[in-house]
Amino acid sequence: MSEQCELKYTDFKSKLSVRWCPGCGDHAILNSVQKAMANLKVEPHNVAVISGIGCSSRFPYYMNTYGFHTIHGRASAIASGVKVANPKLHVWQITGDGDALAIGGNHFIHLIRRNIDINVILFNNQIYGLTKGQYSPTSKRGFISKSSPFGTIEDPFRPGELALGARSQFFARTIDKELKLSTAVMEEAANHHGTSIVEVLQNCVIYNDKTHEAITDKQHKLDRTIVLKHGERMIFGANHDKGLIMVGLDLKAVTIGEGGITEKDILIHDAKSHHVSMHRKLANMDYPELPVALGVIRSVDQSYYDEEIEQQLTDVQSKTNITTFEELVNDGDVWEVE
Amino acid sequence: MGRSSKVIERDEVVVRFSGDSGDGMQLTGTLFSNTSAVFGNDISTFPDYPAEIRAPQGTIGGVSGFQVHFGHTEVYTPGDYADVLVAMNPAALKANAKWVKPGGTIIMDVDSFDERNLGKAGYLTNDPITEDKLGDFNIIKAPITMLTKESLKDMGLDNKSILRSKNMYALGLVYWLFDRPLVHTSDFIKKKFAKNPLIVEANLKVLKEGYNYGVIIQAVTPSYHINPASIKKGRYRNLNGNTAVAWGLIAAAQKANLELFLGSYPITPATEILQELSARKDLGVKVFQAEDEIAGICTAIGASFAGDMAVTSTSGPGLALKGEAIGLAVIAELPLVIVNVQRGGPSTGLPTKTEQSDLMQALYGRNGESPCVVIAASSPINCFEYAFYAAKIAVEHMTPVILLTDGFLANGTQPWRIPDLADYPEIKPNKPKVSGEDWLPYMRDPETLVRSWAKPGTPKYMHQIGGLEKDEKTGGVSYDAENHQKMIETRAEKIKKIEDHIPEQDVLGSPDSDVLVIGWGGTFGHLFTAVEELYSEEGVKVALAHFNYVNPLPKNTHELLKSYKKILVCELNLGQFANYLRMNFPDIQYQQFNKVQGLPFTVVELKDKFKTLLED
Repeated sequence: MSEQCELKYTDFKSKLSVRWCPGCGDHAILNSVQKAMANLKVEPHNVAVISGIGCSSRFPYYMNTYGFHTIHGRASAIASGVKVANPKLHVWQITGDGDALAIGGNHFIHLIRRNIDINVILFNNQIYGLTKGQYSPTSKRGFISKSSPFGTIEDPFRPGELALGARSQFFARTIDKELKLSTAVMEEAANHHGTSIVEVLQNCVIYNDKTHEAITDKQHKLDRTIVLKHGERMIFGANHDKGLIMVGLDLKAVTIGEGGITEKDILIHDAKSHHVSMHRKLANMDYPELPVALGVIRSVDQSYYDEEIEQQLTDVQSKTNITTFEELVNDGDVWEVE
Repeated sequence: MGRSSKVIERDEVVVRFSGDSGDGMQLTGTLFSNTSAVFGNDISTFPDYPAEIRAPQGTIGGVSGFQVHFGHTEVYTPGDYADVLVAMNPAALKANAKWVKPGGTIIMDVDSFDERNLGKAGYLTNDPITEDKLGDFNIIKAPITMLTKESLKDMGLDNKSILRSKNMYALGLVYWLFDRPLVHTSDFIKKKFAKNPLIVEANLKVLKEGYNYGVIIQAVTPSYHINPASIKKGRYRNLNGNTAVAWGLIAAAQKANLELFLGSYPITPATEILQELSARKDLGVKVFQAEDEIAGICTAIGASFAGDMAVTSTSGPGLALKGEAIGLAVIAELPLVIVNVQRGGPSTGLPTKTEQSDLMQALYGRNGESPCVVIAASSPINCFEYAFYAAKIAVEHMTPVILLTDGFLANGTQPWRIPDLADYPEIKPNKPKVSGEDWLPYMRDPETLVRSWAKPGTPKYMHQIGGLEKDEKTGGVSYDAENHQKMIETRAEKIKKIEDHIPEQDVLGSPDSDVLVIGWGGTFGHLFTAVEELYSEEGVKVALAHFNYVNPLPKNTHELLKSYKKILVCELNLGQFANYLRMNFPDIQYQQFNKVQGLPFTVVELKDKFKTLLED
């Protein structure tokens, strides 16, 4: 992947002025992606950033890479075409909770199922921002918005559960303003072969301000979230004294030193396990019962589509007796008219 | 084997094979067509099968038919009415008897005409000949099932396999009727069932015995003799419209030196394009079977952005779903071929039947001012050429091109003279002509107004495009009022200018007539045959302008239309092309002849219509 020695994050900044609202979480996500790309040492001309429609989808205009701002919900399909056509490109898809999980739900799950090597950044602010404040498929039940003045009567999708249900091999979660964590997660997503889903808990300062505040504010963040690291114990808390254990079929948060719990009782995170059940439990953890999981929840190496299609082309071509158009049209029932 | 019976010399003959959808009639018809083609006849075929894979056995809904028209002269249609009908059961007879010429021959498998099957077919008596008033036809009551069973009884085959062979018995009999050699079909059987020698032996045996049955009954049955046609020298093969489209695209990608990408979702009657290109991994074709029609076109748009020759294939309902994405390709100005194999609509309509009712959808079925190139193929084999030119225009003019074919062209076959690709023009992708520092994505060639195509992965040409209106110079997002109007007009003008790159419209038949018949797309064979026959049989002169380029129209269209006193636009819809011409050239009077039955025109009805018009 190292194509050039020195790249700065500013090499990935386009000349256009960024037009998101002041205070929007998108600014920070843009920075972390640009930082990750610089760290990855991928040259800008080998990057294609594809988006759908929504606030987040303006992203490609702000990147000094190849970019395509497409139509609502279809970014997964368009990105799939880009990657299959040219697997050498580093393809990133920028999408939101409406774009990916409502209008684009079908393409989202099928992208994941096919496991095409695309990095998807899912900005989850639980609201439709660009249309000025309607509830989204991730808005909590009862949420009051312009299109649900009496509260929604729908249960939301949990993006992690949906992705894992579609057989996602890479799922991670971060928070918009956690620049360092976000950058690290983006890099891991980029290095993973296959579809990588990164859910970013993003704040919409205008229409859904502080929606993630319960877990993201400085004061409570360490006690209400857990940053998972492969091979390490699932320990969290401001005092580094809380951890996760299994009780029956459920995860439980405990305090080390209380009730005979020692550090050895705390579970070790295995992001590379093929079994999805623990990853699903971790992805579904929610405050206040459990800390919200951040970092890489699942990262499993599997065969991936864009590699396999190239392999299949090579295999077929090594066996066939049709190697040119002329051979094709002359194969089979052909007769000569004198 | 000497022939003692009457032999009828004919220029052309139509044969229709029909039976239950599990009776193997499509294969039987195809084998017969291939034998005739190799013999040197010109042929045109059309399969007619139900949408249900296996409709209830013995019912009219389950009848599958295959018609072949072959001749000593050139043949442009599968024929209106059959000279010979093979009916493997009562339902096949009931469904097809009305398509047999008066006095024609009907071969029936009498063994299947029992009370139960007659009832299923809707016959009220056990005498279908009288009931359907077929007394004047030459009926051959052949005990095909019984003779097949008898022939194979000692071979150790199960009953099902035995019954499956009866189509070869019928085929053998038809070969006798037309004095055709069995060798071509025998070779096919040997190859197809090479792994199962018993099946090979059984099929060859009944094929031969079917032929011999003809020898035995010849005293009562006349046979036909059709001499080979005088056909241009060369290598030939049979080709249907869908395969021709697939191959035309492959040829175009090779000429353009681009990789071919197809994003598609299965839909009748276009699926075969997806299947054929899926099999062409040997030639490096990338096929993406998408999760839906929208993803089909969107993956193609992504591939086009990445630099491939990108295609999506569909039929009417799928084109409706692709509308928004076509608009994206229009505004992003990316090359894309959209193949629409038209079928009966609206909604699910008549999936296996033919129609020309997607013309307006192709021209206008999108939000905003969203001009596309629209091209229509007009015979199964020229689907190859028009697919090639659709791709050429898309790539050279940076635009989506909709190629319209239809169910009739898609499934119909004709002998195709294998072309030399060297005879086809180059396809030159419009690469950037200035250095990356000076380049902008929406800089245009002043002559053609075409922008250039910089592929991701190329250093220094990084750019961002999208569905928002763009500044005419930088290509950046622009909400400026005057800029929007300028861009709308530029995109329209770019398409209009393609008229300089397509051939002028020609006139066939009798150009000096007062009457001009206009057609477009898949009706060519019927219109041309009607015009030719009127002249050769009755000396009646009619001119024919048959359009392949719909948007833009050929440059000389208006001038051409003005020079006729009467114009009749014939199409398989309620007048979409007629209205399009009215809109473009309102100073001209148009009459219409429209048919919307899921079926092609018949030559007979066209000739009648033309004559009425001349007499008015």
